[in-house]
Amino acid sequence: MNTFANNKPVIQLRDLVKTYQTGEVEVKAVRGVTLDIQRGDLVAIMGASGSGKSTLMNTLGCLDQPTGGNYLLDDIAVSRLNRKELAKLRNKKIGFVFQSFNLLARTSALENVELPMFYSHPLIPLRERRQRAVQTLEEVGLGDRLSHHPSQLSGGQQQCIAIARALVNRPELVLADEPTGNIDTRTSIEIMGLFQDLNDNGITIVMITHELDIAAYCKRIVVMRDGLVISDTRNENRRFARQEIATLYQAEQKAKLA
Amino acid sequence: MIFLDYIRTFLMSTLQTALISLRALRRNKMRSMLTALGIIIGVASVVAMIAVGNGAQARITSQVSALGQNLLTIFAGSRKSGGVRSGLGSASALTLADADAIGREVTDVVAISPEASTTAQAIANGRNWSTTIAGESSDYLKIRDWKLASGSMFTDREVRSAAKVAVIGSKTANELFGPLNPVGQTVRVGNIPFVITGLLESKGAGMGGQNQDDRIIIPYTTAMKRITGEKYLRSINVQIGSADRMEVAQQQITSLLRQRHRLTTGRDNDFNIFNQKEIADTVNSISKIITLLLGSIAGISLVVGGIGIMNIMLVSVTERTREIGIRIAVGAQPGDIRLQFLIEAITLSLLGGIIGVLLGVGVSRLVAVFADFKAIVSVGSIILAFGVSFVIGVFFGFYPAHKAAHLDPIEALRYE
Repeated sequence: MNTFANNKPVIQLRDLVKTYQTGEVEVKAVRGVTLDIQRGDLVAIMGASGSGKSTLMNTLGCLDQPTGGNYLLDDIAVSRLNRKELAKLRNKKIGFVFQSFNLLARTSALENVELPMFYSHPLIPLRERRQRAVQTLEEVGLGDRLSHHPSQLSGGQQQCIAIARALVNRPELVLADEPTGNIDTRTSIEIMGLFQDLNDNGITIVMITHELDIAAYCKRIVVMRDGLVISDTRNENRRFARQEIATLYQAEQKAKLA
Repeated sequence: MIFLDYIRTFLMSTLQTALISLRALRRNKMRSMLTALGIIIGVASVVAMIAVGNGAQARITSQVSALGQNLLTIFAGSRKSGGVRSGLGSASALTLADADAIGREVTDVVAISPEASTTAQAIANGRNWSTTIAGESSDYLKIRDWKLASGSMFTDREVRSAAKVAVIGSKTANELFGPLNPVGQTVRVGNIPFVITGLLESKGAGMGGQNQDDRIIIPYTTAMKRITGEKYLRSINVQIGSADRMEVAQQQITSLLRQRHRLTTGRDNDFNIFNQKEIADTVNSISKIITLLLGSIAGISLVVGGIGIMNIMLVSVTERTREIGIRIAVGAQPGDIRLQFLIEAITLSLLGGIIGVLLGVGVSRLVAVFADFKAIVSVGSIILAFGVSFVIGVFFGFYPAHKAAHLDPIEALRYE
């Protein structure tokens, strides 16, 4: 996946500032962040609420424009784009995974995953959309739940659909905002296992979390406070979700036998 | 080729957006139907009102033209005696000499019939019936564009010789003879026997509502000599060669009669001229105005229907804020979102339009059953109603669609 010509960072932030005007008060949510994220990285952004991590995430996701500094996504200067161009960029380069899944209700898993292709330019033929959606759902292990609606599935399964939706347009970057926030611990590990698998296949993932347990599965941990990055470290004691699941499974089997 | 490709892409994305819109409408079937109801009622009433208006107009026009072709009728004027004014035809002003002069001097006159009429008792077949006895010339039926059901009209020679012959209206014939054919029978009026030479076709109610079929027509000479006993005419019916000469002929007759009656400048006419074309034109323009009025009142309900659509679209946008947020996040452009909601509004209004047209045609049919005229559904009014409901969909759908397209995705995704 990483071709020689394409070894520049996916994300280059230079002194990024984001200010909100709420009534009379000016809120400086992000106050100057400089950060590079390389292709194939798996980054956790941590911080307490109000630390600016969500604002940073929205800006990284091209849902919002920075008020100052520079943001290059795959060498494209995001600050100069209008709404329409931002939409194209999100569609092509970014996949979102949300804490509350954000799937379309009363719509099948397949159609939820087809959604981003709906807005792709040039248009993707209907047959190819179906093919790609099925294939992506199979990749996340939901090949047998194609026509189920979100309300018929567990939280973990819903998040897997959301991940498939994020992947279906083959983005440069997957942004996950507290992806395990609404999911029990055991399933959280499985979701992290999926993220680690995807990352092993070369997909760049940035996720926001306030849980150290979850951040521990990532390769790099960035901590924010008051709109600034206060620490940025490689995770030396990285946890591997697939191994833990296997251990857990063995323990369960033993318990059953005993 | 690139252009064709562009069109195909555009059609495909519009189609898929339309499918999303349709699905959203199907999910709220009840609400969609209620919203469309405003447009349904609006379109139905526009179609029905215009149909009824056109029907009434056609009916009146046919009544006016049933009077005859290019007809001028000169009535003797109202009589003033000591401040009391009697009705038209009461003045003793029109004479046979006047009728002769008109026939001789007004070049556009192609047929003329002096009329002397009264009401009298007719006796035949052992029955009696009070009816109108109209003395006319042999040209009368031609002037009035009136056909005979059987027999023939009396001739000019019979008029000149004041023969005792008559043609009989269908109503009178029915009262006196029942189902028998009256042609060849004798009818007695004021003790004078008339031989019936012809039976008139039924013409129905006239402009004033009087039954035109209840009458016996005899030569005016016979009428004046034997029935009315007067030397004055009630009216003179004149047929003009072509419609565009009607006005000129009317002016010529007016000045001829003023001269003959020695009316000096400043004195009123002692006669009135009834111009059939003028009446037809007036009636036409009045009924056009009425149709327009009915149509525009119905149009107001279309606008009300449009406001209903706007209202429900705004509700829909608010309800689906999160869905819109998701679509924007995965890359929907403002135009995609706008198109989706616009198509939804247009679908609602066009759906209302289709049902409304069907309902309107149905109502028009129903009116035709109860009223004595046919409601005429014009293709134009259907196209108009469709066009208007499309425009209403676009107009009242645009603001909600624009609002949806410009939602802030971050806020929208947080919306509960």
